[in-house]
Amino acid sequence: MTTTYLPDYPASSLDDAVARDIRVAHAPVDQAFRQITRLAGSFVLVIMVLVGTFLSVKAVKAIKSVGVWEFLTTQKWSPETNHFGIAALLTATVTIALIALVVSLPLSLGASLFITEVATGRLRGFLTGAIDLMAAVPSVVYGLWGLVFLQSHMVPFARWLSTYFGWIPIFKVDGADPSNPLPNDALYTSSAFIGALVVGMMIIPIQTSMMREAFSRAPQGEREGAYALGATKWGMIRSVVIPFGKGGIIGGTMLGLGRALGETIALYLILSPVFDINLHILQNGSNSVAVTIALRYGEANDFTMSALMAAGLSLFLLTMAINFTASAIIARSRSGAESEG
Amino acid sequence: MTTRMTDEMVPAPRTPETGSGAGTFTPRDELPPLLHEPERVRTRPPLLERLGLPLGSIAAAVALGLMLGPVLGIIGFGWVPVTAFFWMLVTYIALTRLTENGPAVKDRFVGVLLASAGMIVVALLALVIGFVGWRALKIVGSLRLSFFTTDMGLTGPLSPLKEGGALHAIVGTLEQIGIALVITIPLGIATALFLNEIGGRYARLVRTVVEAMTALPSVVAGLFIYASVILLFTKQFNGFAAALAITVLMLPIMIRSADVVLRLVPGNLREAGLALGAGQWAVVRMVVLPTVRSGLTTAIILATAHGIGETAPVLLTSGVTSNLNWNPFNGPQISLPLAALEFIKSPQPDMKTRGFAVAALLLLLVLVLFVVARLLGGQQAGEITDRQRRRRATQSVRDMSRIESNHAEIAAHLAALRGSDPTQGASR
Repeated sequence: MTTTYLPDYPASSLDDAVARDIRVAHAPVDQAFRQITRLAGSFVLVIMVLVGTFLSVKAVKAIKSVGVWEFLTTQKWSPETNHFGIAALLTATVTIALIALVVSLPLSLGASLFITEVATGRLRGFLTGAIDLMAAVPSVVYGLWGLVFLQSHMVPFARWLSTYFGWIPIFKVDGADPSNPLPNDALYTSSAFIGALVVGMMIIPIQTSMMREAFSRAPQGEREGAYALGATKWGMIRSVVIPFGKGGIIGGTMLGLGRALGETIALYLILSPVFDINLHILQNGSNSVAVTIALRYGEANDFTMSALMAAGLSLFLLTMAINFTASAIIARSRSGAESEG
Repeated sequence: MTTRMTDEMVPAPRTPETGSGAGTFTPRDELPPLLHEPERVRTRPPLLERLGLPLGSIAAAVALGLMLGPVLGIIGFGWVPVTAFFWMLVTYIALTRLTENGPAVKDRFVGVLLASAGMIVVALLALVIGFVGWRALKIVGSLRLSFFTTDMGLTGPLSPLKEGGALHAIVGTLEQIGIALVITIPLGIATALFLNEIGGRYARLVRTVVEAMTALPSVVAGLFIYASVILLFTKQFNGFAAALAITVLMLPIMIRSADVVLRLVPGNLREAGLALGAGQWAVVRMVVLPTVRSGLTTAIILATAHGIGETAPVLLTSGVTSNLNWNPFNGPQISLPLAALEFIKSPQPDMKTRGFAVAALLLLLVLVLFVVARLLGGQQAGEITDRQRRRRATQSVRDMSRIESNHAEIAAHLAALRGSDPTQGASR
């Protein structure tokens, strides 16, 4: 119970009252602390600006020599003959990232809901730890696993898929003959599908942790409201948790997409590079911007390096665009409203 | 300075005031919702349904899968888990239907799906770690201890496994991650302090950029260091450039996790320090940083674990060599992930085996770092162990005697000044 005391000066003069200008005088050591940390913060900004600047400056030469439109629409990659572009690379990169999302989205959505809503106590701690560990496993280990283990186990499945669902264009495999009793397995190896499965695994942790964070902020009062209206747990999740965490779901998915676009080493090990647009995801041969950079940097002279820089710049711009969109979606959503300072 | 709500700051329940309205209240109604409010309602089915039905359905599903697969040979071995999973779903739903109505059945069905998603994710992780570990165990007998003490300089592609080793890669990894940490730790913590302790619009901009930087494709970071450091300054591949590339990738991870940890420092701790007359730097040094020491250690270790496995940027900057190179500033210097990559790319089976050994070593390193981080990070900010509590209590007792002796001294001094009896001075 509080009592509010009204000031006894006339209310009319209230409008004239202005807040005093409070000036904070920091001691020299505090001033130094503020300046040094500000400098450290600026350093990060400078690095990002430098990344963009260096890539752009180096890429100018290559893009100028073929023209922007050519660069965006050419499928070949042959800087030596001045005939190169990122059409095939970008298409393949995006294809792989999208398949990776199809694989990882249900798993990470389910896992994050399981962690926040179903699991309790030690199980929850264990799962959270496992997801964090999954993010820390080096990509070369994932690549190795995908190349040696997953590939040999997935080829029969890919063959089955293309045999029975080959009438769907993306599952078609050129040169496959279902009636052949000794099928040619080499047709199904090193495909976008197998690469995307590994990439999908690699982006599960980032998606799961973003979604988990969003779901765990759903207010208890609203949950209890749903229960009080007779909802089951799933009813509560569907009507409270998922709407509340929608921003987290979309944002987390887009962050995962950004990671999938930039993934290099696992795909470098698994894919066999082709420079044509290949939308048959089960078929041998695919590519990505990052893989091309990793494969070609060694033989590069000044001009071919510039071409690679141009490819890198396009990848950089694409991931940054996706990432900033994701951040904006998360920050505007209800679940992300308090995540900023 | 704003006060943020954290777990540590659950406001005390209102107690009826004895006075007539002179009490101080926390303005509870205007606070944002807690990050992790305690659960007050728990809905769970009875034990039989929770354990009996799932276990029964799993048993039925495994039996059916094994019968159709290995025993009768109707379906291929790869289809056994898929069939078993669907049969488990069907059985479980059918059993639930016997006793429950529509919404409850749907609830159980989704529950099973969610649990399966969690289990699949864990199983995938276990599969990756288990596979690499198993392959490494198989070859551990054919490797000699010299694997850790020799490089590949004198080892040809056809040499037996006994020859050659990964010393050059181990040295490279240690030096590169060391350099990266020397840059990352001060810079990362300083930036995180800037985001938290100083704040403002500029800090918000920096935070947005840091979040964007975590999404920087690793190969782009490598390209950047290649274009800036190697082409402009060093003109050759070297370990230092690789360390810088790793830094570019580690720094945002470090900043983000340090930022998250610093946010958990209760605002009233800071305010208590400020109210006692401490300046901002003194509060940071004596209150904020000691509070989050374990959290910051975890952040550093996790960033190390991420940095150690970075392959693509190293591929573009450090160069490939099979010789031991102690000097990170001169000449190519390979690291563990890159060595694993190079070994695996080789067509020789023995080289591939070495690749598995190096990858397993790398994975082991990451696992150890991760476990250490978890052990240290189990502690929440502001919570202390019994040992720390005892140490602080001793410290406090020591301080108490010092304060008392100081106090007695001052009292004596005052008494001497006033020439009256000392009790009057001490009571003031």
